[in-house]
Amino acid sequence: MACNSSGCESGCNGREKENGGKTEEVAVAGGVNQESVCVKCKCNEPMVFGDGGSEDGRFCADCFRNNVFGKFRLAVTSHAMITPSDNVLVAFSGGSSSRVALQFVHELQIKALKNYEASRDRSLPVFGVGVAFVDESAAYPSLSTGMVDAITWIRSTVADLSPPEKDLHVVPIESVFGSDSLEARDRFVKLLDSVSDETGKEDLLLHLRMLSLQKVASENGYNRLVLGSCTSRLASHVLTATVKGRGYSLSADIQHVDARWKVPIELPLRDCVWQEITRLCHLDSLKTVELARHPQSGINDLVSSFVALLQEENPSRECTIVRTAAKLTPFYFNKIPETDDSCVPLATQRRLKKFNLKYDGSMTTEAFCPICNGPLNRSDSSDLNTLDGCLETDDVLYAACCSSCRFQILPQDRSSLEHFGSLLPHHMISQAKHQKVNSQAYLRERIKDCLLLDNEEAV
Amino acid sequence: MEAGEAKSKKAGGPRLCCICNQRRPVLKRPKTLQQICRECFYEVFEEEIHQVIVVNRLFKSGERVAIGASGGKDSTVLAYVLSELNRRHSYGLDLFLLSIDEGITGYRDDSLETVKRNELQYGLPLQILSYKDLYGWTMDEIVKMIGLKNNCTFCGVFRRQALDRGAALLKVDKLVTGHNADDIAETVLLNILRGDIARLSRCTSITTGEDGPIPRCKPFKYTYEKEIVMYAYFKKLDYFSTECIYSPNAYRGFAREFIKDLERLRPRAILDIIKSGEDFRIATTTKMPEQGTCERCGYISSQKWCKACVLLEGLNRGLPKMGIGRARGGINGDHTRETKAGSKSIETKQCGSLDF
Repeated sequence: MACNSSGCESGCNGREKENGGKTEEVAVAGGVNQESVCVKCKCNEPMVFGDGGSEDGRFCADCFRNNVFGKFRLAVTSHAMITPSDNVLVAFSGGSSSRVALQFVHELQIKALKNYEASRDRSLPVFGVGVAFVDESAAYPSLSTGMVDAITWIRSTVADLSPPEKDLHVVPIESVFGSDSLEARDRFVKLLDSVSDETGKEDLLLHLRMLSLQKVASENGYNRLVLGSCTSRLASHVLTATVKGRGYSLSADIQHVDARWKVPIELPLRDCVWQEITRLCHLDSLKTVELARHPQSGINDLVSSFVALLQEENPSRECTIVRTAAKLTPFYFNKIPETDDSCVPLATQRRLKKFNLKYDGSMTTEAFCPICNGPLNRSDSSDLNTLDGCLETDDVLYAACCSSCRFQILPQDRSSLEHFGSLLPHHMISQAKHQKVNSQAYLRERIKDCLLLDNEEAV
Repeated sequence: MEAGEAKSKKAGGPRLCCICNQRRPVLKRPKTLQQICRECFYEVFEEEIHQVIVVNRLFKSGERVAIGASGGKDSTVLAYVLSELNRRHSYGLDLFLLSIDEGITGYRDDSLETVKRNELQYGLPLQILSYKDLYGWTMDEIVKMIGLKNNCTFCGVFRRQALDRGAALLKVDKLVTGHNADDIAETVLLNILRGDIARLSRCTSITTGEDGPIPRCKPFKYTYEKEIVMYAYFKKLDYFSTECIYSPNAYRGFAREFIKDLERLRPRAILDIIKSGEDFRIATTTKMPEQGTCERCGYISSQKWCKACVLLEGLNRGLPKMGIGRARGGINGDHTRETKAGSKSIETKQCGSLDF
C-alpha cells in the first residue's frame, strides 16, 4: 500500500543550487537577514526546495528532518507500534513513502542498538526488522523486464541499511494462491481477468497484496507490519471509500493501528504529507524506484487527481480530509491488542493510556467482508441472515461480501459466481464460510433468552 | 442488463425496453443505464419517489405540506410528481406552493411567472413572500450596496428564514424541498473537505428540523438530477432554467464537476456517496450547538441574534461587512463565521434557486 512516487532526483540538485544562491543574495541585499533564518532554530539557513509548496524556505535541513521524524516517532511511541521484543516487517514498494518509513524504522533500530550496547544489564533487546517487497509482475506483464532491475536495486538498498542486518523477502503476489508457482500464477491471472470493473480489478490487487504481505509476515515470525501510507495517500482513500459506498468501514482503514489482521498493520507516517516525504527523500538523497504504472481510468485515479486539484487550491486540504475522517468512531481493533508485556517501557505505557482510542463497545461488528476484509454494517450483513436456508458456496460468498465488493469485484452474473469463488485464494473462501457460521451464532445470541434447548439440533 | 440486451439481439427484431419488453426504448436511464421506453421511465421514476415517501414515512394523512417552489426544474418536477402521487395513492395531503421573491430583476421576476403558471396548471395554492416585505431590502438593493462579493450569504440566510416564515403563514406541518441526490452527494463531499463532522452527520437525513417549528424533507434524496431533467423534458413541464444573474453558471464548483465525472464513470457512485454518508460511524455525543431563539425576531438561533438579524442590522447601519467572514466584534461577539473565501470555489449552488 506504499506510495509509488515519481521520484525526486530529476533536476532537484540544480534547482537547489539556484534557489540557495537566490536566498543568499536576498540575505545580502536585505541587510537584516531575518528572511533567511530557519523559523525554528533561528540560526541555520533554511532549505529552499523550490517545489512551489507551502512552508518552503522556512526550516533548515535539520529542523525539517527533525520535524518529520518527530511525527513518525510520536506515532510510533504513542501507539506502542514498536516495542523491544517486536519483530517488524516493513512493506517496501520502492516508492518514496515506504522508503522513508524504512529509513525511519532503521534509524530507530540503530538507536535501540546503541542503547542496548551502552546499557549494563542489556535488559531491553533490540527489535528485529525485515523488509518485504511484493512482485506484481504477474498482474502487469509489461513490468517483468524492469522488475529484475528493481529487485536488484531493492536488494542493494536493503543491504546498505545494515548493521543491524535486515532480512529481505521478495514475494510474488500470486504466492497467496499456493506454493506451485506456475499454477498459482495461472489462477491469479484468471481471477484478475474475471473482474470486469477496472476499479474493482485495482482494488482486488490491493487486497491480494495485503494478503501476501500478511502471509510473509506470519510465515517468518513477524508480529508487526509497517506500511508507508502518508496523509496524502489516506486523503485519497477517504474519498475513494466514500465514493464506493464504504462509509461504514472507512474509519477502520485510516487509524494508526489496524489489528483486524493476524499481523497488526501500522501506519507511522499517517501524519506526514506527501510533500514532506518527497522533500525528505531529496534532502537525504534517498533513492526510489518507480515501476511504470499503467495509467488507469478508474475511480481511484479520478479521486487522486481531484485531491491533487484541491491540494493546489488549499495546501492543507489533505490534512483536513484525513482529520475529518479521523473524527469518525474507530473500531475495537484499531489499537495494538492488550499485552502484559513487561518490556513496554513505562513512558510508553503512559502515552498509550493517554492516546488510547476510546471506542463505543456497542458499535462493534463481528463480520468482515471476505474479499476486502472491511467490517460489515448491520444493513449489509442482514442479507447474510436472509440467506440462511441455502448452503451453496456461491450464495454464501455473495452474501458475505460488502456491497462495494459485490458490485465491483464479484461477477454480476450469479451463475459464474461459483467459478469465481473457485479462483479466489483459499484464505478468502474460508473466511466467507467462517462468517456464515458466525452469523448463525450471532443470530442465536440474539434470541437465546427465548430458546429452551441449549444445542443447535433443537432447531 | 447485458444479458437482456443479448437476448433481444438474438431475437433479431428491434431492441425492446428492458422493463416492459414491449415498446421501443427511447432513453438510457442515468441511474442504471437500462434502455427503457418513456412510459416505463415515468413509472419507475414516480414509483421510486413513492417508495421513498412510504418507506421513510415522510407524510401523514391530513397534513398540510408546502413545496418550496423556485420555478426551477427540481421544484417544478417535485410539485408535479407530488400532486400526482398524492392523487394516485391517496396520501390525503393539502399541498401548497411557497415561493420567495428575492427581488432580482431579470431572474426571479421571470421565474415567479413560471410558478404562477404552475399554480394554475397543478391547481396548487401559491404563497409568495418577498425579501422587500420581510426585510425591507431586495437583493438588487443589497447588491447595489455590497457589490457582487458575499451577496450569496445574504440571499441564503434570508431565504432560509423566509421559507420558515412562509410555511408558518400557510400553517403547514411540513416543508418539502427539491434537493436531489446530486445535491446531497455534493454536500457529503464538501463536509468531508471542510472537516465539518456535525453537518456530515446530519446532511444525509431525509427529514431535518424535526425538533424545530417546521420539519423539512427531501423526497428527491435518491433521485438523480439527470433523471429530473429527463422527466421535465419528456413531460414538457413548464420550468425556468436560467441561472441567477448574481451567480452565473460559468462558475461551476470543483465538487459538482467531480460528481459529474464520477457519474460518467460509475452511475451508482452518487448513491454510494449518500450510502457512505448514512453509514459513517459518527458518535452521537458529537457536540451540537445549543439552539435558542433570536432576541430580536424570535427565530431559532444558536446566538443572541439570528444570522438574518445580524446581516440586516449591518445593512441598515451601512456596515455591510457585519456578520460576514471572521469579522470580530460583531453583535454576537467573535462567533460569527460564514463562508470562507477558500471554500467558495469548491461548491456550487450558493444561490439561484429555492434549493438553498
